Amino acid sequence: MRWGARVSGAAFGAALLLGLLAALTEAVELTFELPDNAKECFFQEITKNTTCTLEFQVVTGGHYDVDVILEAPNKEVLYRKVKTQFDSHTFTATMDGVYSACFSNEFSTFSHKLVYMDFSVGDEPALPGIGEHTTVITQMESSAQEIHKSLNSVADYQTHHRLREAQGRKRAEDLNSRVLTWSICETVAVVFCAIGQVLVLRNFFTERRPYTQFN
Amino acid sequence: MNTLAKILALVLVICVKLATPLYFHIGETERKCFIEEIPDETQVIGNYKVQLYDPRTGGFMPSSPGIGMHVEVKDPEDKTILSRVYSSEGRFTFTSHTPGEHVICLYSNSTKWFSGTQLRVHLDIQVGEHAIDYANIAQKEKLSELQLRVRQLLDQVEQITKEQNYQRYREERFRQTSESTNQRVLWWSLAQTCVLLVMGAWQMKHLKSFFEAKKLV
Repeated sequence: MRWGARVSGAAFGAALLLGLLAALTEAVELTFELPDNAKECFFQEITKNTTCTLEFQVVTGGHYDVDVILEAPNKEVLYRKVKTQFDSHTFTATMDGVYSACFSNEFSTFSHKLVYMDFSVGDEPALPGIGEHTTVITQMESSAQEIHKSLNSVADYQTHHRLREAQGRKRAEDLNSRVLTWSICETVAVVFCAIGQVLVLRNFFTERRPYTQFN
Repeated sequence: MNTLAKILALVLVICVKLATPLYFHIGETERKCFIEEIPDETQVIGNYKVQLYDPRTGGFMPSSPGIGMHVEVKDPEDKTILSRVYSSEGRFTFTSHTPGEHVICLYSNSTKWFSGTQLRVHLDIQVGEHAIDYANIAQKEKLSELQLRVRQLLDQVEQITKEQNYQRYREERFRQTSESTNQRVLWWSLAQTCVLLVMGAWQMKHLKSFFEAKKLV
């Protein structure tokens, strides 16, 4: 009975530790719409000496640019870019606290932008079970780890490719609908002008009826 | 005592897990939407926590059980696949059945007409293989470390394959759009030339008959 309780207690403790370890590393990627004249800020609580990466890309809208400011908890500007389309910035947190990443579209009057953002804090959490013991890992395990890292970078490249493709595709769809609208407007304008010209010419050569008959 | 300690520890784990994700501020009546472009049969898990602004302390209350969060998920055809009101803290899950852009909208179920107080929303959205809980799988299927690692690699490769398929479908759509634009431009230029010629001919005919009637020609 006691031994069972001890084992379950130990298992719980291990699960708790793993849970905490998992909680200390986060990677969130979000795609959101940034309206014109708006500023969106995202905050993240980071502990000291953690390597973090902020990556962003503008997918649609206007000239595909956005202002980015990354601030430390003491309001020190760690990274600032004006009217940039995409970038990736890696930094190490020098203090504990809430770091903020702000995206601003305040310079734009009517184009709202679609922005992709990836704010990853710390390294990727290890698989449960791996890393618990300090013995040397086998060649199979190290190969598997290498494959995992390569697959991670493949997924990363896929994300970038997807964003670029989405950008091109949306521009093409926009162009398509604009061509239709413009061609219809142009046809209507041409017909209107032609009829208008004829009416004006007729008007020049029409005699005005005298209004003397009621005098 | 032991059970209480366990419960407290579990609560601590949950708190720490939800305290670290990204957060942002929205107004009480504001609606915030995020777009996830995903292939089909992909699972998406979202964890969130909402805190209400406390004017007394100038900060945010650690837990606000009164407010609920309305989560609405729309698929690429603009059909609502998930629309539920959750409590102030929780998680929502959905699996995509069509590939494309899914829109996840969050707004509080506040009944105010104009913007009330500020809300702090902690959000964490995990897609595809990031949504799989390996600790759970290892425990349920009793896999060794290497087996678990291989399982993870298999899941990753499956997700990459799905994404590649989706890429192919998107590229096809892109190509169709470009070809449609090309066709439209061609037709429009032909039609425009025809319209100009017809209008010119009509103008000349009409004016000729007009001047003949006026005995100027």
